Amino acid sequence: MKKQLITVTPATSIGEALTLIRHNRIRHLPVIEGEKLVGIVSDRDLRDALPSRFSPHEGGNAILTKPVEDIMQRNVITAHPLDFIEDAAKTVYDHKIGALPVVSDGQLRGIVTESDLLYKLIELFGVAGPSSCFEVEVDDRVGMLAEVSQAFQAAGVNVVSVIVYPGKTPGKKKLIFRAQTIDPRTVIELLQAKGYTVPDPIEGRHRS
Amino acid sequence: MSRRSRLIYSPDYTKYYFHDEHPFNQHRLLLTHDLMTSYGLLSEQDIVPPRPATDEELALVHDPGYIETVRAQGHSETELPQAASYGLGTEDVPCFPRMHEASALIVGGTLQAVDLVMNGEADHAFNPAGGLHHALRARASGFCIYNDCSVAIAYLRKRWKARVLYIDTDAHHGDGVQWSFYDDPDVLTISLHETGKYLFPGTGNVSERGEGSGYGFSVNVPLDAFTEDESFLEVYQTLVPKLARAFKPDVIVTQNGCDAHAYDPLTHLSCSMRIYQEIPRLAHRLAHELCGGRWIAVGGGGYDIWRVVPRAWTLLWSEMTDQCLEDSPLPENWGKRWRDKSKLPLPTHLFDDVQPFPPIPRRGEITQKNRLILERAMMYAPLG
Repeated sequence: MKKQLITVTPATSIGEALTLIRHNRIRHLPVIEGEKLVGIVSDRDLRDALPSRFSPHEGGNAILTKPVEDIMQRNVITAHPLDFIEDAAKTVYDHKIGALPVVSDGQLRGIVTESDLLYKLIELFGVAGPSSCFEVEVDDRVGMLAEVSQAFQAAGVNVVSVIVYPGKTPGKKKLIFRAQTIDPRTVIELLQAKGYTVPDPIEGRHRS
Repeated sequence: MSRRSRLIYSPDYTKYYFHDEHPFNQHRLLLTHDLMTSYGLLSEQDIVPPRPATDEELALVHDPGYIETVRAQGHSETELPQAASYGLGTEDVPCFPRMHEASALIVGGTLQAVDLVMNGEADHAFNPAGGLHHALRARASGFCIYNDCSVAIAYLRKRWKARVLYIDTDAHHGDGVQWSFYDDPDVLTISLHETGKYLFPGTGNVSERGEGSGYGFSVNVPLDAFTEDESFLEVYQTLVPKLARAFKPDVIVTQNGCDAHAYDPLTHLSCSMRIYQEIPRLAHRLAHELCGGRWIAVGGGGYDIWRVVPRAWTLLWSEMTDQCLEDSPLPENWGKRWRDKSKLPLPTHLFDDVQPFPPIPRRGEITQKNRLILERAMMYAPLG
């Protein structure tokens, strides 16, 4: 979560809120009274409050001076600092929202946005550091991950990330490893010797 | 015959040696040197021995603690506790005696090439032992301990205030060099490589374009697995001249890894020896057109050390020295000397036309995909 927050109060004008959103290139402003979260206003809420660019602009300036209190969402969906990232991601996904203010003891502590969650995903995939990718199809049963992992141990290759995907065929899972080696041959040979299918890039293209 | 080119070479380069089973084997340089000599492309005065790079030069790019650890490890009987955190003692980069000295000699060779070219003693210089483009600031990676390319470019920037065009045609992404100059608009790095979906190091996505004022000055073209000559060259010959002319470099550094060849055991590109004539040909032409000839070439990956590396880098040297080679049977005495040492039959000809590789079934699809990636790669690149 981000702890450096840009916030407004219920009395902040719509015009000022728009400036904040544009200058900081963000899409959500928590609305606070003291430390207490009382609402949230998104870039879409703000734009909805403005007249269309195709309608006459009379009264536009008057709108800009109205307080955000008039348009903010009061029932804010929030997260707790100790919530897991996957729970935050599920909340964002289920509610089709773009950001989750993080609240504890009734006080605003931070915010988690869609981009924060996407970056975590990139980290989890292990794409940030040098590695090779290995894809192994296995039966969906106990001990498969342990068995496949042994090949990496035997080859002396350090694994940086492991992902277990649901397989395309029922009863199958796909294990995706990223490991720190430029020479994948030993691992692939060990896996194939144990009878695993390690699809080569030509088949692997279907994943993308 | 032009004597304006130098080969930086010494048999001491083979002291960069991990172990007998390791795929990175500088023994390939002996084979290459012998093939160049057998072709009559090399005379004594063409060769300049490398000098070791100083700690100060290495520190242009590398962390001093890392340099210290590499040196200490090379003089230690046991593995040092801090070695692993620097990426040393792994399967890819096992520790070996005097590893600092062996690695610093390779970097020094590339610096030697830089000095000869920048002092005007030569137009072009080739250090076949160099091209260790994966080494990071404080971490050995992908067979590479010190990054001679990065050190040489940093040296070119500092000592000569030069604008540097770096062209990397190794099958693996030139990650170490890219990250070294990611925010520097005076270093344009171009890397053509097999897509990182599966292949090490996984980076080199078309969306990696540099940051800050260096945005646009890192260009990546990840090619589809099983890309062949025609599509590889189409991308290379479309992209490189456009970018080079717009960027107006003072000097060109090329990394000439030859692991995009179909025989290479570590990658999935399907090119033939043809590209190793065309790649340096264009770099050579651009160096004369844009930089008064200043061109520094280094080696790089190449793990079929018998069938691919000697031919590829002999072709590079033949281009650099304007001694163009046509396809022909390889010199007989070369084959005779090495035949029994190679596990696989040695090639009979300079190119692969005698026994052409079977065409890849998905050629059309791959070509289209590569064109699309090329378009996206050029989108934010300097195009004049």
